[in-house]
Amino acid sequence: MPAILPSLRLPILRSALILPLTALLGGCDWVVLNPSGDVARQQADLVVISTVLMLLIIVPVMALTVWFAWHYRAANQTARYEPEWSHSTRLELVIWSAPLLIIIALGAVTWVGTHLLDPYRTIGRIDKGRAVPAQARPLDVEVVALDWKWLFIYPEQQIATVNELVLPTNRPVRFRITASSVMNSFYAPALAGQIYAMPGMETKLHAVLNREGAFTGFSANYSGAGFSGMRFAMRGVSPQGFDAWAAGVRGGAGTLDRAAYLALERPSEHEPVRHFAAVSPDLFDAVVNLCVRPGKMCMSQMMAIDAQGGTGSAGRWNVAALAYDKYGREQMSTPLPGQRPNRRIASDDVFVKALCDNPAGRAASKDVRAPASLAPLTGAGLSWPAQRIAPAARETLSLGALPKTPLS
Amino acid sequence: MTTPDQTWSFLFGRLTLDALPLHEPIIVATFAAVVLGGVAVVGALTYFKLWGYLWREWFTSVDHKKIGVMYMVLGLIMFLRGFADAIMMRIQQAIAFNGNEGYLNAHHYDQIFTAHGVIMIFFVAMPFVTGLMNFVVPLQIGARDVSFPFLNNFSFWMTAAGAMLVMASLFVGEFAQTGWLAYPPLSGIAYSPGVGVGYYLWALQIAGVGTTLSGINLIATIVKMRAPGMTMMRMPVFTWTSLCTNVLIVASFPVLTAVLALLSLDRYVGTNFFTNDFGGSPMMYVNLIWIWGHPEVYILILPIFGVFSEVTATFSGKRLFGYSSMVYATVVITILSYVVWLHHFFTMGSGASVNSFFGITTMVISIPTGAKLFNWLFTMYRARIRFDLPMMWTVAFMLTFVIGGMTGVLLAVPPADFVLHNSLFLIAHFHNVIIGGVVFGVFAAINYWWPKAFGFRLEPFWGKVSFWCWVIGFWLAFTPLYVMGLMGVTRRLRVFDDPSLQIWFVIAAIGAVLIACGIAAMLVQYAVSILRRDSLRDDSGDPWNGRTLEWATSSPPPAYNFAFTPVVHDLDAWAEMKRTGAPRPADGFRAIHMPRNTGAGIILAGISTVCGFALIWHIWWLAIASFAALLITAIAHTFNYARDFHIPADVVAETEARRARQLAALEGAAA
Amino acid sequence: MSTPADAAALTARYYDLDEHDHPEGGSTMLGFWIYLMSDCLIFAMLFAAFGVLGGNYAAGPGPKDLFDLPLVALNTSMLLLSSITYGFAMLAMQRGQARATQGWLIVTGLFGAAFLGIELYEFAHLIHEGATPQRSAFLSAFFTLVGTHGLHVTFGLVWLGVLLVQIGQRGLIAANRRRLMCLSLFWHFLDVVWIGVFTFVYLMGMLR
Repeated sequence: MPAILPSLRLPILRSALILPLTALLGGCDWVVLNPSGDVARQQADLVVISTVLMLLIIVPVMALTVWFAWHYRAANQTARYEPEWSHSTRLELVIWSAPLLIIIALGAVTWVGTHLLDPYRTIGRIDKGRAVPAQARPLDVEVVALDWKWLFIYPEQQIATVNELVLPTNRPVRFRITASSVMNSFYAPALAGQIYAMPGMETKLHAVLNREGAFTGFSANYSGAGFSGMRFAMRGVSPQGFDAWAAGVRGGAGTLDRAAYLALERPSEHEPVRHFAAVSPDLFDAVVNLCVRPGKMCMSQMMAIDAQGGTGSAGRWNVAALAYDKYGREQMSTPLPGQRPNRRIASDDVFVKALCDNPAGRAASKDVRAPASLAPLTGAGLSWPAQRIAPAARETLSLGALPKTPLS
Repeated sequence: MTTPDQTWSFLFGRLTLDALPLHEPIIVATFAAVVLGGVAVVGALTYFKLWGYLWREWFTSVDHKKIGVMYMVLGLIMFLRGFADAIMMRIQQAIAFNGNEGYLNAHHYDQIFTAHGVIMIFFVAMPFVTGLMNFVVPLQIGARDVSFPFLNNFSFWMTAAGAMLVMASLFVGEFAQTGWLAYPPLSGIAYSPGVGVGYYLWALQIAGVGTTLSGINLIATIVKMRAPGMTMMRMPVFTWTSLCTNVLIVASFPVLTAVLALLSLDRYVGTNFFTNDFGGSPMMYVNLIWIWGHPEVYILILPIFGVFSEVTATFSGKRLFGYSSMVYATVVITILSYVVWLHHFFTMGSGASVNSFFGITTMVISIPTGAKLFNWLFTMYRARIRFDLPMMWTVAFMLTFVIGGMTGVLLAVPPADFVLHNSLFLIAHFHNVIIGGVVFGVFAAINYWWPKAFGFRLEPFWGKVSFWCWVIGFWLAFTPLYVMGLMGVTRRLRVFDDPSLQIWFVIAAIGAVLIACGIAAMLVQYAVSILRRDSLRDDSGDPWNGRTLEWATSSPPPAYNFAFTPVVHDLDAWAEMKRTGAPRPADGFRAIHMPRNTGAGIILAGISTVCGFALIWHIWWLAIASFAALLITAIAHTFNYARDFHIPADVVAETEARRARQLAALEGAAA
Repeated sequence: MSTPADAAALTARYYDLDEHDHPEGGSTMLGFWIYLMSDCLIFAMLFAAFGVLGGNYAAGPGPKDLFDLPLVALNTSMLLLSSITYGFAMLAMQRGQARATQGWLIVTGLFGAAFLGIELYEFAHLIHEGATPQRSAFLSAFFTLVGTHGLHVTFGLVWLGVLLVQIGQRGLIAANRRRLMCLSLFWHFLDVVWIGVFTFVYLMGMLR
């Protein structure tokens, strides 16, 4: 992988100034720069490209600093001394335009790269050489960050796991991500960059794993006392192996219904890997909508009502149906200040049932479709200066270009 | 850990004896040391009868120079506390491998990293920067004091009051366990029911009042109080950067005040701004706090850019290269700092267009910053550079900061940020710019302006020991973090699974120890300098052959700074006065109008501390009583119309005559 | 430096030899303006919070169910009138009439107190009906924005009372004039903010 070499060299050089760490570095797992998923691979390439672009200006500046500091030291009386020289239009032009040029280049790379690697965007290729087949369906995985463990639901396979994510290689995966209580960040460095997992909200991530093997993932955003142990095992297996694994889980025990989820949701640390042979089909949507617990109004329902202008005077007291965690997880039925004590929660339930006869609505898909062709991104009507840039470099620069002939 | 259904009593609110962490040996030992040290200090002050002196000459002083020095002392004390937190984290992370839980439990460790961030930003960097501006700006613009001298004293004490509350949290109760920006829902009442977030909120609110007011004060000072002839484009660069910084303060700290007030309402009243349910939006908090948070970064670094500009020009013996482009760069950074906040959370799921917009605006800031760096570089070109300590720090800054800048721009590329966000790479990056920029700059400034403040130089040997320990220690401590970031290691972790990482944390801990040596050497440097002050004495008032007006007066300057206000005809006003050899006026002195000292500032801040403490512990009667006392004291203060006095002309004449004799003696010695 | 005369000329060039006291409080108006702008930013944040959360009724009542526009119109007129009467107070101050200034200040204070009274009545009514700040994000943002404005008016009233006493004690001396000017800025500023509240919260709320 020639593309990662410059980046490897850079930290080595930097460290070598201080310690002879070369031997150390050889034995390390540079997972961010050498990941196993194509999305993370392209993100790593961007890290390298950006670093190299900036070194174009950083290295000369550092060299000049050292040289000027040495050459114009007071002891060196032979150096020229011009105490009144303080302006040069030509130099000013250079010192403003040189960074500007670098930033224009980097800005262009950023714009294209950000759009191509948007986590909400379906992926267009499996790896550098292969496009996603037209009829391929991505594997759906629903991710819930709990205190302090990860729940993975496979809706298609109707199974669920805790702290274990098994992915078939070379098949696009679409993650729907949420959390039960506080903000977390779903991050498996070998697979793809991270995205926040937030309660009451759904984020998305599209990725693909290219290599079989054992990896780890974790929460990258501090979420409380058990945060350090909030790690999960990620395994890449062959598609056949994945089917066999899923069948094995389905054949096992355990059902993740709403009651089981509510028990699982309670804070715990260092949870061992667990499997559930069956899952309530609408569980994830209920989690996103904060309405797993019976008698709670779903966020989607609430927002639909709000869009109609609220429920007017009738809705002033139905707070118990809405309280999720405002007064602490265990205090969900605590009356709010100002709430009439004689209003019973039961009557709220009736009210809510009348409003919410349907289950949690599913959020509309916010997937951004991968463009069929990257030509417009390289500039309409412009062709790559292909003859002058080596094909490999082109591939890197265009950040995930589709191969000309997709594999069937 | 405290629980929501904890006891509450009318008299003491939630405060019980359990709030004292008597079961935590580390804290008990610290507490014992603090108490013993405190008793010793109080005893010594009493024994030497210094209380009256301190009260009259320092605590109630409205002299911007003394307030500036007090800010620096506050920053230094809090720096030691913040660094103690840092080294505790480094040791924990260096040993917590292979099933070893380390020596800090989660409750303790999570407080430490939160406190480290809060203290270092709000109670170290901010006091240092504000202290420098307070001390230097009025001298540099040829003014006798700031626009609102009482407000200045009050601002300082409010900052100190916030610091007091943070320190109190160490021994009474707990501090927040939320990370330094306290994102809800984690910081909400449901997930942080204890008093920790209360300490966080009220410490920052009280200190924030001081910061905002000092920002207003310094803007008015710079706009209104410049010496005749000092047009905007003749202001020294440090004054320019101070102006921009204070504009940033005034235009961003109210945002912090508002967002923390909303979080307080959520916690105290039960409103729904940032809750998960009832239509609240935690994402709004993240946006609002970073709308303050990003300008805050520039609040810290801009004055330091000013310091480096002054130091580079002075020690190069040369005019600053590209003054006007320096000024424009500062202004551009000031404006752009408001359109980049989203780069702190690219991973929150904004669309690609939004992310790339904020990514590119962030990169654009590197253009004026780069221009500044080139300007310092070309100031060194064809110069005669004297490598005294301030200049050594400057060169170390230039070499360190470019790397931090580079990794910062790298993090501004959203797809790169997806893999590096919240990682140790990010930690290394911002320590790279904050230590390599702000801290190095503060040390350069202390070494540069110390002779002005006290009339003697700092001893260079220990300063150089400190310098090398710091620079080498910094790279040793943070290069491993860059490396581990690229291995996918993230921040705020307490224990680790992967044993291959341990060596990196050990190296980082060694770096931290080296930095500790640097801090120790720095303290030794101060002590040695004070002991040998007679041999280090500088009578000239201009030990570095300076170029700006603060060097035109004696060291330390008289209370009134300048007997006659200098008239400015050139950018480097003092350099020009020296070149033309304009003699100091020898007679015709007039009485000088000065502000009178007042104890109102420290009293108001003291009541605010009590009020904050009462609110933290839900001692409602005390909160109401102290708030009423606050209001009454403030109103009573407005009935004091006698706020100024005149230094009689003969006192001025005598002071100036003494100064003339001093200078004549110097000239005689030189001849 | 050749002759003493040259030296004296140089001294005169580089030192302001004929300097007078800076007028006390020369920066006060500028400083107070900057303070008001920082306060304005706090209001901007509260408006922003209302903008974001203003539609989140949490399946509860919305603006149309809660707001009583005639009452708000009355309230607005109270505050606008108080601004006018403060203007008269300033005119009296310009003419040096301490008694008249005090009189107009009292009228201003009464209008301000009426404004506050109506606002408190409105709040009490809403809370009694169950539309508490805890009920929904919309109501949290509403109460906080309007309440913060009300709190400012309250402090303005306290300040006004203190100034009345101080004018009584010392008359229209320079320091008191400066303070009257600052309170004037503050009072009119609150008026401007209220117009924003009236428009964005009440009027546009009814149109939602």
